Amino acid sequence: MARIEKPPEGSWTAHYPELGTGPVSYEDSISPEIHELEREAIFKRSWLNVGRVEQLPRKGSYFTKELAVANTSIVVVRGMDGEVRAFHNICRHRGNKLVWTDFPGEETSGSCRQFVCKYHGWKYEVDGACSFVQQESEFFDLDKSDYGLIPVHCDVWSGFIFVNLEDEPRQSLRDFLGPMTTAIEGYPFHLQTERFSYRAVVHANWKLFIDAFQEFYHAPVLHARQSPVAALPEVQAAGFEALHYQLDGPHRLVTTTVGEGWRMPPEMLKPMETVTRSGLFGPWDAPDLGPDPLPAGVNPADRKHWGLDSFQVWPNFVILIWERGWYLTYHYWPTSHNAHVFEGNLYFVPPKTARERLAQEMAAVTFKEYALQDGNTLEATQTMLESRVVTAFPLNDQEILCRHLHKVAADWVDDYTRERVEVGAR
Amino acid sequence: MSEARLPGEFSELEPFAATWCLPTERERFAQRMTRPMEEMQAFYDAFFPRAEEAIQYCDKFELDDMPDDAQRLLQLLYSLVMVSFPVEVWRQPHVPDSGAAYLDLLIEPIP
Repeated sequence: MARIEKPPEGSWTAHYPELGTGPVSYEDSISPEIHELEREAIFKRSWLNVGRVEQLPRKGSYFTKELAVANTSIVVVRGMDGEVRAFHNICRHRGNKLVWTDFPGEETSGSCRQFVCKYHGWKYEVDGACSFVQQESEFFDLDKSDYGLIPVHCDVWSGFIFVNLEDEPRQSLRDFLGPMTTAIEGYPFHLQTERFSYRAVVHANWKLFIDAFQEFYHAPVLHARQSPVAALPEVQAAGFEALHYQLDGPHRLVTTTVGEGWRMPPEMLKPMETVTRSGLFGPWDAPDLGPDPLPAGVNPADRKHWGLDSFQVWPNFVILIWERGWYLTYHYWPTSHNAHVFEGNLYFVPPKTARERLAQEMAAVTFKEYALQDGNTLEATQTMLESRVVTAFPLNDQEILCRHLHKVAADWVDDYTRERVEVGAR
Repeated sequence: MSEARLPGEFSELEPFAATWCLPTERERFAQRMTRPMEEMQAFYDAFFPRAEEAIQYCDKFELDDMPDDAQRLLQLLYSLVMVSFPVEVWRQPHVPDSGAAYLDLLIEPIP
């Protein structure tokens, strides 16, 4: 018996009939061929979040981003005019990677007035213009103005920097993000600049980790021992129900409650949670986020007891907003059909006191305890999916977002394949 | 007797300072994964009852202008958070069912 009211159709899934309710194939998570199509159809045609404006605090601040999934590396830089731009990270002379430190494959960041190629000393302004060619007179009819860095479409929304690798993006960033996500515009991301930045290589398809963090059906089971509360038999028996699910084009949302530690008796909590007044769901004492009400897109169904909104922004970006006044982001960067780089960033209002700082530490350490269990389970899933012993998997109503993700991925691959056929037929 | 690392009020915790006053999560996590449970239990038992007092002590200072001994006390509190999981929950250093999984913290607040 559902404790939380579902849409009139009887289930969240039926509310979106295009999803169907049948078993789902996970072939898209184990096939190298499908992965190659996804690279072209999805990652080279979507707006991809590569960071935040706080990473570029000054004119000349830059960072590089390895986009192995799209066979490139980019450098994102704030110009002397204050504009944020992105370029392919390649020298126009003989193709050396332009910006890197010690290890060409590792991302780097810093601040400079010009980029200088390590190979032959060509120089580029931070707006991309080629400004110096070593022994220019040795070249033949070379006009420096023809040899600027190759730009990548770049736009900023709510402080999040996005790039798009298409020659001409088919949608503006705002249109791409759609009404559900843009409705959180005005949320005070800019006040939450205290950052914990995690990274791991996970030996599983990128969509499997998205699945793991976009359903909470697993939480009372996989993480049962993490909390005295979750381990209670009645909690496990009750399972999990989300407050609200919503789909908007390729994007997804789940709103749910959290464990309200500040309302629980101490025996339901870890002693360290009581001392720090913090835990998985963040510091119990919310910071001051300013006088303005939160935008309507936060807790969009206006549910009582909302604890978090998890915005699953297509294709590989998550913004998770907590009721307690902090947020986190996830990114999943494919490196092959069965591996990806996972990035998790936790953002808090900078602490004013040691007590506030310790509460944030508690939240961050707890986050990692859970994420380690999630990450490890993924590798166990990947290896057995690859056995193809089972090829159809039943997904329940609390897994609607998993169903949607795999459908959208397939739809984008289909669209791409169809366009290719049409171009070929012409 | 080596020089005191912690504020005088917390001198009873000096035996743990060399091991647990660590500035980064990477070091604290590595320490937690390699130290025997008995040692982490002893650290927890000695420090947990005084944790609130230690927080109040650190709160007397601006976060970005803490004396070295207070900053080390704060690092000791971070380590208490770190060992609280093995001690309070897991009864072992590593997270159950986490196997070969890892998650590196590349950027973290200072202090």
